[in-house]
Amino acid sequence: MTTRTFGLGCAVAGAIALGGTAADAAEQITFVSQGGAYQQAQTVAVLDPSAKKLGITINQDSIPDAWPAIKTQVGSGKPIWDVVDTPTGYCLRGGEQGLIEKLDFSRIPNAAAMPEAYRSPYSISYEFYSSVLAYSQKIFPKDAPNSWADFWDVKKFPGRRALRNHPIATLEAALMADGVAPDKLYPLDVDRAFKKLEEIKPHITVWWTSGAQSAQLLNDGEVDIEMAWNGRVSALAKEGAKVAFTYNQGILQSTSLCILKGAPNLDTAVKFLNEAVDPVHQANLPLHIDYGPGNPKAFETGVIKPERAAQLPSEPANAARQALMSYAWWSSPAGEAAEKRWASFLQK
Amino acid sequence: MLALVSPALLVILLLIVLPVGWLAWQSVYQDGFTLEHYRRVLTEAIYWRSFALTFEISLAVTVIALLLGYPVAYLANSVPKGWSILILSLVVLPFWTSVLVRAYAWLALLQRSGVINQFLRYLDVISEPLALVHNTFGTVVATVHILLPFMVLPLYATMQKIPGDLMQAGASLGASPTLTFVRVFLPLSLPGVLAGCTMVFVLCLGFYITPELLGGGRTVMVSMLVSRNVELYNQFGAASAVAVVLLLSVLLIFVVVGRFVALDRILGQK
Repeated sequence: MTTRTFGLGCAVAGAIALGGTAADAAEQITFVSQGGAYQQAQTVAVLDPSAKKLGITINQDSIPDAWPAIKTQVGSGKPIWDVVDTPTGYCLRGGEQGLIEKLDFSRIPNAAAMPEAYRSPYSISYEFYSSVLAYSQKIFPKDAPNSWADFWDVKKFPGRRALRNHPIATLEAALMADGVAPDKLYPLDVDRAFKKLEEIKPHITVWWTSGAQSAQLLNDGEVDIEMAWNGRVSALAKEGAKVAFTYNQGILQSTSLCILKGAPNLDTAVKFLNEAVDPVHQANLPLHIDYGPGNPKAFETGVIKPERAAQLPSEPANAARQALMSYAWWSSPAGEAAEKRWASFLQK
Repeated sequence: MLALVSPALLVILLLIVLPVGWLAWQSVYQDGFTLEHYRRVLTEAIYWRSFALTFEISLAVTVIALLLGYPVAYLANSVPKGWSILILSLVVLPFWTSVLVRAYAWLALLQRSGVINQFLRYLDVISEPLALVHNTFGTVVATVHILLPFMVLPLYATMQKIPGDLMQAGASLGASPTLTFVRVFLPLSLPGVLAGCTMVFVLCLGFYITPELLGGGRTVMVSMLVSRNVELYNQFGAASAVAVVLLLSVLLIFVVVGRFVALDRILGQK
C-alpha cells in the first residue's frame, strides 16, 4: 500500500515537474521497480534526471515481485507497464517465454559499451548487490571469517549460522567452500554443492527468507555469522551495530531493466533504457543507496569518490574478488532443476 | 431479507468464489487438460512431508489450545457477568493486533537474546540459551496464541447454554463437584469442544506468516508450498493444485465433523 502510494506520488510529482517544460507531453512510459528506499533513491538519481533530459514523463509503479504481474499483463495481450527493474533471472526467463522484448543494442549505445557479461539479449544490468559473508564483530573481534571455507569451518569459527532459504547464491557459496574458484563455478556442480550443504546443515540455526529477517538475526545476536546482502549489513553498521562483512567470495548479483513484450510505449522505453544506464546517472545511484552501478563506466565519471567506490559491490577491485552470478545458468533447465531440489533438501 | 444479504453474497461471489474457481480451473487446465500438477502433489515426497507436518502442527495446536482454553471458558462462564466480560475481552484483545506484529513479539520473547532466555540466564536456571524459536516449537507457541480465541468463544457460548439447575440437581443427588463436572457438565460442553477444535484445526492448516517468520525455514507448512510453487513453476496451476488438495482436506474434515455436530454450530450461528 505504502509503496503504491509512493509510486503514485512520484508519478504526480513527476508530471507536475515536467508539465511546464515538456511541450510534447504525449511521450511517456510506465516504469516499475520494487518500491521503498530503493525506488526513492533511483527516482532522485536516475528517473527524474532521465525524464528531464529526454523530455518524457515517467509514471512509476512498484511491486515487490514483478514476475506474476509480468506474466498476467503480457498474457492478457495488453500490458500497461513498459520498463521493469527486476532480478535479472526474470528478464531472461521472460525472454525465453516470449514475455520480454528482445533489445536492439544499436539503439542503446550506453549498454552496448558495457561488458558483455553485464547484459543479455533481453536485459541490461541496472544495479549490483552482493550476497556476502557477514558476521558479528562482538563474536569475531579479530581473525574474522573471510571465505566460505571459514563459514563451513565450525571448529575454527564457532557460532550460530544462517543462510538464505534459496538455492541461488547459496549453491555458489557451497562450491566455493569446497574449493571451486569464483570464476570457475558455472555450470554449477549441483550434486557437489548439495553434498557440501548437507555438511553445514546441522549447524544452520535459521534459513532466512527476507532481507529484513537476515538483518534482524545479525542485529539481535540471534546468529553470529551468515550470508546476507551487502546493503543490509552496511545499513546495520551505519546504525552502530557491531557487524561487518567481506566482499571476498561474495556473489555479485544484479537487477536488470527489461521491456515487456508489446509494451504500450516501446519506442520511448528503448530511449529510456539507454538514458537509464548513462554513466553519470548510474554514478549518482550509489550516492543515495548502498548498491553499485550497473554500468562500470560510472566509476570513471569522478562522481563517486574513491572512498565511497571502495564500499560498493561492483567497484572493479571489489568485483574482481567476487563471483559474478550467471543468470543464464540459473534460468537454464539445469538451474531450474536445482531450484526444485532445494525444498526437498531442506525438509529432509 | 434477500435484498439485504445480496450485496454481501455478490462480494463473496466476485471476490472469493470466482477467483478460487478460476485458480482451481488452472490446476487442471493449461494448454489442454492436465493432471500433471496433481501427479506431482500426490507423488513427490516433499508434499507428503509438508502435509504430514501441517497436520501434526495443527493437531498439537488444537490440543494445547483446548487445554488452555477450556479452563478460561469455564471460568468466564462461572463468574458474575461483569467478570466474564472482562475475561472475554482479554481473550479477544489480541485480535486487535495484526498477526505479523504478534509473530514479531514472540520473536522478541523467544529468541536467543530474547526476554525469556535472558530471564532464565539471570536466574541461573540455564547456562546456554534455549532454542525456543526458529523451529516447530516457536511456531506452535505463536499459533496457539493467535488461535486461542477461536477455541474459547465457541466453548463459552456452549457452556452458557448449559442450565445451572442440572449441576444443582447432580449435587442434590449426592454427587461431588468433580463427579457433577465429569458426568454432567463435561458431556454437555462437548459440542463446544468439537466446534472449537474444528475451528482451530482448520484455521491452523492454512497458517502462513507464523511458520514463515518463526519456523526458521525448516517448518515448511502447506501454505508455504503454495507460495513457493508460484515462484518455482511460474504457473498458478502448480500452486493452486496444492491449495485445492488442502481445501478438499478441510471440506472432508467438515463433512466428518458435521456427522457428529450441526455445522451451523461450529460456524457460530446458534
